[in-house]
Amino acid sequence: MKVVVIGNGMVGQKFCEKLLSKGIPDLHVTVFGEETLAAYDRVHLSSYFAGKTVADLTLQPVKWYKENGIELRLGDPVLEVDRERKTVRSFEGMSLNYDYLVFATGSSAFVPPIPGVDKQGVFVYRTIEDLNMIWRHAPTAKTAVVIGGGLLGLEAAKACLDLGIKDTHIIEFAPRLMPRQIDEAGSDILVQQLKELNITTHTGKNTAAILGNETIRGMIFTDGSILNTDMLIISAGIKPRDELARACGLTVGPRGGIVVNDEMCTNDSSVFAIGECALHNSMIYGLVAPGYEMADVVATRLADVQKQFHGFDMSTKLKLIGVDVASFGDPFIAGEEAKTIVFRDNHRGIYKRINFSNDGKELLGGILVGDADAYNMLLQVCKNKMALPPDPMDLIIKPKEGGGDAGAGVVALPDNALICSCEGVTKLDICNAVTQQGCETVDAIKKCTKAATGCGGCAPMVKDIMVHTLKQQGKMVRNVLCEHFDYSRQELYDLVKLKDLHSFDEVLDTLGKGDGCEVCRPAVSSIIASLWNELVVKKENAASQDTNDRFLANIQKGGTYSVVPRIPGGEITPDKLMVIAQVAKKYGLYTKITGGQRIDMFGAHVNDLPAIWEELIAAGFESGHAYGKALRTVKSCVGSTWCRFGLHDSVSYAIRIEERYRGLRAPHKLKSAVSGCIRECAEAQSKDFGIIATEKGWNLYVCGNGGSKPQHALLLAADIDSETCIRYIDRFLMFYIKTADPLTRTATWLNKMEGGIDYLRNVVVHDSLGIGEELERAMQALVDNYQCEWKSVVESPELRSKFSHFVNAPMEKDPTVRFSPMRDQKKASDWNKITVS
Amino acid sequence: MMPEEQQKIPGPEQWFAACRTEDVVLNGGVCVKYGDEQIALFYFTRRNEWYATQNLCPHKKQMALSRGMLGTKNEEPKVACPFHKKTFSLVTGECLSGDECDIKTYPVKVEDGIVFIGVNV
Repeated sequence: MKVVVIGNGMVGQKFCEKLLSKGIPDLHVTVFGEETLAAYDRVHLSSYFAGKTVADLTLQPVKWYKENGIELRLGDPVLEVDRERKTVRSFEGMSLNYDYLVFATGSSAFVPPIPGVDKQGVFVYRTIEDLNMIWRHAPTAKTAVVIGGGLLGLEAAKACLDLGIKDTHIIEFAPRLMPRQIDEAGSDILVQQLKELNITTHTGKNTAAILGNETIRGMIFTDGSILNTDMLIISAGIKPRDELARACGLTVGPRGGIVVNDEMCTNDSSVFAIGECALHNSMIYGLVAPGYEMADVVATRLADVQKQFHGFDMSTKLKLIGVDVASFGDPFIAGEEAKTIVFRDNHRGIYKRINFSNDGKELLGGILVGDADAYNMLLQVCKNKMALPPDPMDLIIKPKEGGGDAGAGVVALPDNALICSCEGVTKLDICNAVTQQGCETVDAIKKCTKAATGCGGCAPMVKDIMVHTLKQQGKMVRNVLCEHFDYSRQELYDLVKLKDLHSFDEVLDTLGKGDGCEVCRPAVSSIIASLWNELVVKKENAASQDTNDRFLANIQKGGTYSVVPRIPGGEITPDKLMVIAQVAKKYGLYTKITGGQRIDMFGAHVNDLPAIWEELIAAGFESGHAYGKALRTVKSCVGSTWCRFGLHDSVSYAIRIEERYRGLRAPHKLKSAVSGCIRECAEAQSKDFGIIATEKGWNLYVCGNGGSKPQHALLLAADIDSETCIRYIDRFLMFYIKTADPLTRTATWLNKMEGGIDYLRNVVVHDSLGIGEELERAMQALVDNYQCEWKSVVESPELRSKFSHFVNAPMEKDPTVRFSPMRDQKKASDWNKITVS
Repeated sequence: MMPEEQQKIPGPEQWFAACRTEDVVLNGGVCVKYGDEQIALFYFTRRNEWYATQNLCPHKKQMALSRGMLGTKNEEPKVACPFHKKTFSLVTGECLSGDECDIKTYPVKVEDGIVFIGVNV
């Protein structure tokens, strides 16, 4: 069978994949692509500006087509189709016979006929080539405008942000953003969120003309207003690529699109159309999931099995510019047909709407903006017509603490519930992968079923179903480190201690199997460091340390390192400041004050690190452990020594705390702070452990953190004296080190702990496990064993010799390191963005 | 694994002496300068195996693989880049993290305590 595919986009590529899987004998597939690149992920196109490369976005490399016997002709569009002779002729003059012809020509950007759209600085947003042109133009632009407030328009606005344009505008003709997905109230919340990112939205606005000579200078609107801009991206919709179909006499719709029936067949029974070029039931589907379904329909049909396309659910969930937006079912239904519940929180930027039947039994659709965590569950309830709770509001307002198990929802789903709509994977498929194929990890399920390999939005649900199915089979879901250790971190910690093991190889030989990996090596090294507090870079352990521990510095963009000496409590003398200044000047380092009241020096070559530290140590500095999963900094406010509000001397106490726990290795980094009064200038309540002065002593807060999911610390003990406070911190930290999973901050550790802060308080303050003294002794042993790692390295010629870039040219620095000047200092040159040819 | 592709590459035209065995970090790597090229040389001590690959991680084009961490995935030796933990087979150079960016590998031999890397001139 000879199949010719016109177009190598996402749907065209998926069609090839589906067709191959059908096992059709004597199959010859030829694919003609207009672009010079093999099919790439257009859904995540914007991530190109956020650092992804063409290779990252490519769906399958050119060699994949070759290996599967597909002839891929890139940069060679089909110019002519002769349906009578069943031949196509390409740009390069190739003439080819077909048995079946598949149009997967996709769409192009719809450019409205505005006078001036041909000026320089006006772009569309469809292909990587478009993005490259935008990229080249962006450095000259201070202001950017995007026409179109739909999905793609918002993506384009995000791209402008990523390109560093500070002032971006979105022009939308409709009275609201994303008019197909959300209602006016949802749009209002979105507009407000965009405003905070310096993106201004103008709705109900119609562009009259584009101003400027050769290059765009501004735009004038039909209401007479003018907006100055240096760049315009048009993303006002799509236009099906049907010109070739039209020329060979296939039926096309009045407003474009190749007309197809439920088999995706055109008016010629040998010719099919799929994806955004196909017009099914007067509808063009501009999403990838229905395109994939159409691809499967045709591939199945060519394998002589009946399958039809019956429209597609257009529910979507997206993260647009950091804001979740989702809509499902019929998002707009209202009036006499349905009841609606709306939840709106202008303060946090959240809008939720659900529509349900008048009898309160069936969910019909809804909209989520700002918080779409409930999307998967709501979609399933809606699609499977599942029973609603007595009060449907419970679906969108999170139940109060202690109520409900988040994973329980998957149990109620019917087997045919569609979990991954990108790949068409049902709940039953996932359960079967677990029970029949033996998949026990999400990765294994991804490989086996392809679920969660498209947009990835269903991954949490896939995991819940997997865990539930495993439990049903009576399998214990063990929290093991990796394929080399059948133990959790907590179990390993106890075993390593019991068996008195001091190197990674000893631990692996005694407790594990195989040769280790990048997961277990650093985790075990961290356990060894937490237990014995020995030099992490000693010979047999050096290569098993996490990246930054191996060279005792933080690796930065470009391969240079940054250096952070300890400045306890943030207190530093003018003399020491001068030493830092001298060192930074001598070695050409960029300097910046850190968030933890220290000074970071960036851009050090690995060769220079020992000499830099030799000078710092000579001046009385020691390692700041900024590179380690260790205690970082104890921040402080100036306290009672100078501040007129200060109750106690917070600086002295912070220095005492920092010097006690310096060098302490833990499952993750540890941060702390001491505030001298309730004004809390040191922000102690955002730290792993924070201390605030009270009239009567100190309040100790634990398990807070900043980072991607900020969480306030909780009060562990109130009005305690300095000695008690340190005892509690000893116990708290050792308990955390003993029991936490790898790379788990204290906040996450507490969130997972049964009984939460009350349980922790019982262990630490009331010694409910009777291990208080043991924990204190363990901590004291670590404190007594402290040494400055950098001092050990500087004093050992053998250890120093490991700090070179080339083993066979130790004096030479890495010649590929590049810096660019910036504000009288320098920065690492940008990630090298090379496009593949 | 692509044994055919390994075989397609003719034997190295030249072996050059990179360093002494004791210069290489146990169960780790070092970077070797060969003209303008940077080669990552690994001594997987546990397995008593030597490997060499390009030093450039193709993901973000960083000269970093020699500072990466060694390990195995189902017995296949691999290195994880220190930047974003992309892993590569030390045997075939294939990217094991699901990305399409393979790396170049070089043959290695040890004679009299000297490590030689095979290169095509």
